[in-house]
Amino acid sequence: MIVEATGLRKSFGATEVLTGVDLHVEEGSVLALLGPNGAGKTTTVRILTTLTRPDAGQATVAGYDVLREPAQVRSVISLTGQYAAVDENQTGRENLVMVGRLMHLGRSAARRRTGELLDQFGLTQAMDRRVKTYSGGMRRRLDLAMSLIARPRVIFLDEPTTGLDPASRSTMWDAIGELVRGGTTILLTTQYLEEADRLADRIMVLDKGGIVATGTADDLKSQIGGERIELRFADERQLLKASGVLDGIAGQLVLNLPSDGTAAHLHHVLDVLRDNGVVPERVSSHRPTLDDVFLALTA
Amino acid sequence: MSHQGAAAAISDTVTMIDRCVRLMRRNVDTLFVSILLPLLMMALFVYVFGGAIDTGTEYINYVVPGILLLTTGYGASNTAMAVADDMTTGMIDRLRSLPIRSFAVLTGHVTASIARNAVSTAIVIAASLAMGFRPNAGPGDWLAAIGLMLLYVLALSWLAAGVGVIAKSVESASTLSFFMLFLPYLSSAFVPPETMPSWLQPVSEHQPITPVIETVRGFLIGAPPGNDGWIALAWCTGLLLFSFTLATSLYRRRTSR
Ligand SMILES: Nc1ncnc2c1ncn2[C@@H]1O[C@H](COP(=O)(O)OP(=O)(O)O)[C@@H](O)[C@H]1O
Ligand SMILES: [Mg+2]
Repeated sequence: MIVEATGLRKSFGATEVLTGVDLHVEEGSVLALLGPNGAGKTTTVRILTTLTRPDAGQATVAGYDVLREPAQVRSVISLTGQYAAVDENQTGRENLVMVGRLMHLGRSAARRRTGELLDQFGLTQAMDRRVKTYSGGMRRRLDLAMSLIARPRVIFLDEPTTGLDPASRSTMWDAIGELVRGGTTILLTTQYLEEADRLADRIMVLDKGGIVATGTADDLKSQIGGERIELRFADERQLLKASGVLDGIAGQLVLNLPSDGTAAHLHHVLDVLRDNGVVPERVSSHRPTLDDVFLALTA
Repeated sequence: MSHQGAAAAISDTVTMIDRCVRLMRRNVDTLFVSILLPLLMMALFVYVFGGAIDTGTEYINYVVPGILLLTTGYGASNTAMAVADDMTTGMIDRLRSLPIRSFAVLTGHVTASIARNAVSTAIVIAASLAMGFRPNAGPGDWLAAIGLMLLYVLALSWLAAGVGVIAKSVESASTLSFFMLFLPYLSSAFVPPETMPSWLQPVSEHQPITPVIETVRGFLIGAPPGNDGWIALAWCTGLLLFSFTLATSLYRRRTSR
């Protein structure tokens, strides 16, 4: 296990922020820490990256203890925080070369790697502009590029796409996907189930400072059910009739059914209703949101 | 520190100096103020107040050393804002998560401060000569005056770096600059302390800036600084040691939670 933590606890004053977090990440895999705002994701990441001291518990990264060997840990990891850590008044290129030099690449190696990363992250056009003229998405990409200069073995990404527009988010996902294919170990945090689903091999759901569920995206979805279909009826009588023939949760004039999201299943549902002489007024389907996951997991 | 460790520490420090100097050059507001302010102050004191102040010499010869200390003190204290900016934005987490020596970050800022003050000092001296300042200092006197001012700027820059480390925001860090802009008025910078009310005289005579100003003035206009020279040296060296220790230990404390 390249990242291993047991019993991490942290309080700020009287508020207990982590109540005993255990986690591990296999080399070359992607772990997503999924949780709402305030769950303790950032605190967990800061402990693993040596920036915050836990009150109790242990953690190692690449075999180095985060408390006793922080310098060694820092030489094999990189952190892309929740807020882009870039110098606004330096250009993109200057930011990258600076970090390369601080990682003790030689002058020419730092320049070469800078060129590669500018290219990989689509920043070559903007490389000589000051970062304060960059869009939010460009900043995030530069921030990630700065983290990759020295080819870290473990990359920590704290909410890499929060606040980004859909286009930037998808560029970011592509960039992360490329790292994964290159065999880098990644621990990322997110508030979006979709993001965890798309990027992670394993997902841990963090809520109020504790892990409430662990598994692959499929595991979690089967725990909470996949897609849902919602049928709305004109009156109680029709709803009653429908809930007699379909296995769902009835609410105010609506019936909520689990589904696999295929058209065939929807077709089947409508066929069953028609055969029983019921016509729903409206049909809609939605993917489970993080709220659904939490309702299901903490119920 | 191993041999390789020392080389890495030097390389980190050089990189951080490079960064801070570049950021400083681009922070046009601060740079502009730190050059314009001394010129305005000098014009104000020489042309507006000067006629009314009797120091027993040409007033410009009396006041230039005071202006120099005021502007370098102010310039050095701006270091607090630059450091606070790093500490309160995400940049510090980036720097901290890199395997670099902790003092490299602060040394970068302090060195940039020295460079900024060297430029503003040179400009003030050039302007003062144009306005009629007539020092009668030999090369050795100049060297001694510049050496003492360098020590003064270094000590104050480290103090400012320490303030920047613990400041909650850039705005609160700027309080130090205000203080440093004000302190020289309670010294022998602009008027001889003998002309102040009697309760203020001891404050003015014994605060650290007065011996520094008296020494620089002594070197530049050819009065031997005598005892003041040693007192000034002691103040500056003491402040430097204190500030350096304070700033680096505060930085380590704040960055190792
Ligand atoms: N330095 C701090 N001082 C006090 N409270 C903090 C500090 N950092 C985080 N917290 C609190 O800890 C809780 C968890 O925060 P965080 O780890 O940032 O959660 P997340 O990243 O999941 O949103 C929040 O309630 C937050 O207000
Ligand atoms: Mg967070």
